[in-house]
Amino acid sequence: MTLEEKKQQVVEDFSSYDEWLDKYEYLIELGKGLEALPEDKKTEGNLIKGCQSRVWLDSELKDGKLFFSADSDAIITKGIISLLIGIYSGSTPEEIAADDFGFIEEIGLRENLSPTRAGGLASMIQTIKEVAENAE
Amino acid sequence: MKVKDLREKFPVLSTSVYGKPLVYLDNAATAQRPVSVTEKWNKLVNSRNANIHRAVHRLAEDATREYENTRDVVKSFLSAASREEIIFTSGATASINIVAFSFGEAFVQEGDEIIVSVAEHHSNIVPWQMLCQRKNAILKVLDVDENGVLEVEILKKLISQRTKIVAISHISNVLGLVNPVREIVRICHESGVPVLIDGAQGIVHEKVDVQNLDCDFYAFSGHKLYAATGTGVLYGKKKWLDAMPPYMGGGEMIATVSFSGTTYAPLPQKFEAGTQNLNSTPTLVPAIELVNEIRVDEDLAAEQKAVLEYVLGALQADKRIHLFGVPRRTEDKIPVFSFTVDGAHHEDLALILDKMGIAVRSGQMCAEPLMDRMGVTGMLRASFAPYNTLEEAKYFIQCLDKAIGMLI
Repeated sequence: MTLEEKKQQVVEDFSSYDEWLDKYEYLIELGKGLEALPEDKKTEGNLIKGCQSRVWLDSELKDGKLFFSADSDAIITKGIISLLIGIYSGSTPEEIAADDFGFIEEIGLRENLSPTRAGGLASMIQTIKEVAENAE
Repeated sequence: MKVKDLREKFPVLSTSVYGKPLVYLDNAATAQRPVSVTEKWNKLVNSRNANIHRAVHRLAEDATREYENTRDVVKSFLSAASREEIIFTSGATASINIVAFSFGEAFVQEGDEIIVSVAEHHSNIVPWQMLCQRKNAILKVLDVDENGVLEVEILKKLISQRTKIVAISHISNVLGLVNPVREIVRICHESGVPVLIDGAQGIVHEKVDVQNLDCDFYAFSGHKLYAATGTGVLYGKKKWLDAMPPYMGGGEMIATVSFSGTTYAPLPQKFEAGTQNLNSTPTLVPAIELVNEIRVDEDLAAEQKAVLEYVLGALQADKRIHLFGVPRRTEDKIPVFSFTVDGAHHEDLALILDKMGIAVRSGQMCAEPLMDRMGVTGMLRASFAPYNTLEEAKYFIQCLDKAIGMLI
């Protein structure tokens, strides 16, 4: 799937939920399904600043494409980061750096975007973009 | 007065979030404002706005009267000996900073000691750390037991000949336990050590008589007591306030100014430099009127007691929940409940409860040393006010159970 197709898929998945709690159920399931990051990857350097819970993001550049792995001690946050890396893993740094992350609004997670908001979605997006911009 | 009648005084309590009625359980962070407070503020802005104490015109006189009348109201609210002992500040944090700076300048030297408890809010730790850094003094810490009960027995041993002041909260913003402040003051005074009480939470829930308590300083914020934000009070015994240098220099705090030397105004102006929060400080008057009304109301007291007992019982009965701040006697607990849930992160719980219309706090609650002491990274806190109903308490417990079920 291309980046656009993956985003479209997530938007469709989310559109089937009207209730907030159902969206959270979905994120919780995603979070539970995300493979845990090995302890040695949970470094200070991989910690995303600005989140109330601890979120770690690790990345690897393979054949010109970025692959992410992540973890969090809070499950909804873990679901959100799982959602993000599920979409952006496998794309090129250029694609990610040029992306506007507009699908976040479409799935109604925008209110989680404020920097002080629990979950720190804005910080997660910022970090993914920075990783892409600095990838060599 | 029924709780329903009290709620009607607070417009925000009848609003909704995500299409669900708002259940506001973050009162320990800030309380809501009643109409009487906003009306007072409107009146001050719309018909009493002038700088106080200075001009001779009528509007300034009216504004000054509003402001100084507030001092009299606070004086009787605290049963202080004189109105000069009431200093207006921007909040409890500012009040404590004034003492940490000015008392520190006057009385603390290298090698001296200051005692705080491990359960203090950062606002009652950091100003003292800053003082210790400035003076090369030592900060000593009074512990709590695993239930969060202050180990008052140890205080006596912690006090030495070098102890200059003890700063303790009346009620911890996390634990919700009423500390035995009278006993603490008595123990400290036996060694001639003054005591500052951080009353940010205490003033809301307990009747405070500073003369009877005999504390040397008492600090609180207006906004947790239904008054406007940016208002606060420092009570200090006159003998200390007289002996302390001003905290800030500027307008109003002076007697005469010249380049060969400036003399300071007498109390309380000595500690009220610059233009005061003259539109907001007088909102303490309707706020205190309401608090006084709430305190003598039997119906409200009965509902509050029912809320306290119900939530305390429900949280303690749930094996998945670890409650911090378990009282030895129920009467030592206020309806502020901080806890962790095995296998569920506090942030997740707060996010889910939010979507059910319930406003609670998650995180470290400005008390990182206490989190470390309890061995947790954060907690969930539900803090109730007299306008919260037993029905809301039941809804909270029911939603909490549902949220935990979603997470584990």
